[in-house]
Amino acid sequence: MREILRSPTGLAGSLLLALVVVAALFGPWLAPYDPQAFHATARLQGPSWEFLLGTDQYGRDLLSRLLNGAPATVSFGLGATMLGVGVGAIIGVVAGVAGGTADAVIMRILDGVLAMPELLFTLLIVTLFGGGTGQAILAVAITFAPGMARIARSAVLSVRTREYVLAAVARGESRAWIVGREVLPNALGPIIVEATIRVSFAIMIGATLGFLGLGAQPPSTEWGLMVAEARQFMFRNAWTVAVPGVAIAITAMGFNLFGDALRDAFDPRRSR
Amino acid sequence: MSLAYLLRRLGGILIVLAIVTLAVFAVTMVLPGNAALMILGEYATPESLAAMERQLGLDRPVPLQYLDWVSGALHGDFGMSLRLSLPVSQVVGEAFWNSAALAGTALAGVIIVAIPLGAVAALRRGTLWDLLIGLFSYIGTAMPEFVTATLLLIVFAAPSAPVFPAGGFVSPVEDIGGFLSHVVLPATTLGLILVAHISRQVRSEMSEVLSSDYIRAARLKGLRPGRVIRRHALPNSLAPAIAVISLDVGYLLGGIIVVEEIFAWPGLGRLLIYALQNRDLPVIQAVTLLMAVVYALSNLVADLVIAALDPRVRYA
Repeated sequence: MREILRSPTGLAGSLLLALVVVAALFGPWLAPYDPQAFHATARLQGPSWEFLLGTDQYGRDLLSRLLNGAPATVSFGLGATMLGVGVGAIIGVVAGVAGGTADAVIMRILDGVLAMPELLFTLLIVTLFGGGTGQAILAVAITFAPGMARIARSAVLSVRTREYVLAAVARGESRAWIVGREVLPNALGPIIVEATIRVSFAIMIGATLGFLGLGAQPPSTEWGLMVAEARQFMFRNAWTVAVPGVAIAITAMGFNLFGDALRDAFDPRRSR
Repeated sequence: MSLAYLLRRLGGILIVLAIVTLAVFAVTMVLPGNAALMILGEYATPESLAAMERQLGLDRPVPLQYLDWVSGALHGDFGMSLRLSLPVSQVVGEAFWNSAALAGTALAGVIIVAIPLGAVAALRRGTLWDLLIGLFSYIGTAMPEFVTATLLLIVFAAPSAPVFPAGGFVSPVEDIGGFLSHVVLPATTLGLILVAHISRQVRSEMSEVLSSDYIRAARLKGLRPGRVIRRHALPNSLAPAIAVISLDVGYLLGGIIVVEEIFAWPGLGRLLIYALQNRDLPVIQAVTLLMAVVYALSNLVADLVIAALDPRVRYA
């Protein structure tokens, strides 16, 4: 951790991430107003002391809506990534450990799935399941799984022929023990790094789905949905779309920077 | 690169596409709503529904339907659109060229901007320029297209003083000026993430090349700095950048879905969203398959270009 904080990208990423985590954990309590409360006399206003980030088309306080939407937006990214990474890692480890025909078949199927652009695949699955937050999380997780499976597999393959694994095989340890105690812990680094960077993609895709009306549904204050709802009014008050838009970018950037620093910390040779 | 390698790669692509057709067909099979019901509407009598299902071949076993669809697709026949009463191939064909015009413009712009940007960052490493370019690339990769598009619209298409039109499409064949003014905002939206991504790649490759022995040798033998960079450093930094560009074609295919929807660009992405919203199954199938083909081919082309640029890469 100290190593991460020493690099400028790591420090910036950690600070942004801390901001996002505070907003996600305590946002609803920090909000000065009820996010759904209308202020009929103060619609589409710019920032003022009364409304720090301005108000939307119904006079709702943008800061309060932003803070209330933080948990939904961030938990979407984390949930979808964890689910996708979990499933993908299991598939990849199974393929890597099994080898042979099973490996070849699994990898070909994954190639087929990866031959579709991510957003296209997500859209197909969302259409299959119907719109909504839960369905969107599932769709993003399924989309992430093949890529994660590949990374997990190659991590396992690179560990599999190391001396300590061969030593365990020579000692006559069981397969499950070797996988659980020797292979997995050593293959975990690349998986964690990739997962961190993936969270930022998941947040961006989640917001995009919300924007397209296929993810979070009104009256949610998910940030992508906030942009979509305010779009009609963006020329009258740019803050209505800029506030949630920039918030998405800051969150995604935090996870990106942190992931990059994490990768450099795990693998010093790659830092340039 | 041998002919055998090329044939093996093409064979691999065929296998992948076969899996894609299976996946696409399975997804559209499971989608709620059946084509006969779509055409006749919800007040159709059971008899007319059965007749329409027979006419469309929906009463036959699923594997046979799949084979029919694949053999039709191989002949460029994807059936009729359920909503537009036009052959799918015609609808998708037009949309494809519109999308290609947008994606091509974006890609050309990206290459023109990103490579010099990355090179400057590498040559001026550690200076303010490097920092600014790095910051820009981090911001660029963290902005979803709909945010970029919305911000661009506020700045450049405000109704009070529009610099560019807020949406729509003009064919480049009919009116190149109109096309250009309409393509600027969507292409910029699409390109921003790519510029960020590719300039970072070029910077990191170029920094590595610049510290290599042959660049030192070229400098020591007294070549002018500009020549060292143009003849030695840049070409050797480009192969990995091209690999990234080809991977980004996949991103571009996803990006056009959102960008075309926002800017009302009549391409594949907008068509796909329309088809998904209206459960127009033949159109969904055709667009998805087409995107997968483009993606697979772009990966192959990238490998060939890399081999041509770097004589050490020999695919056996």
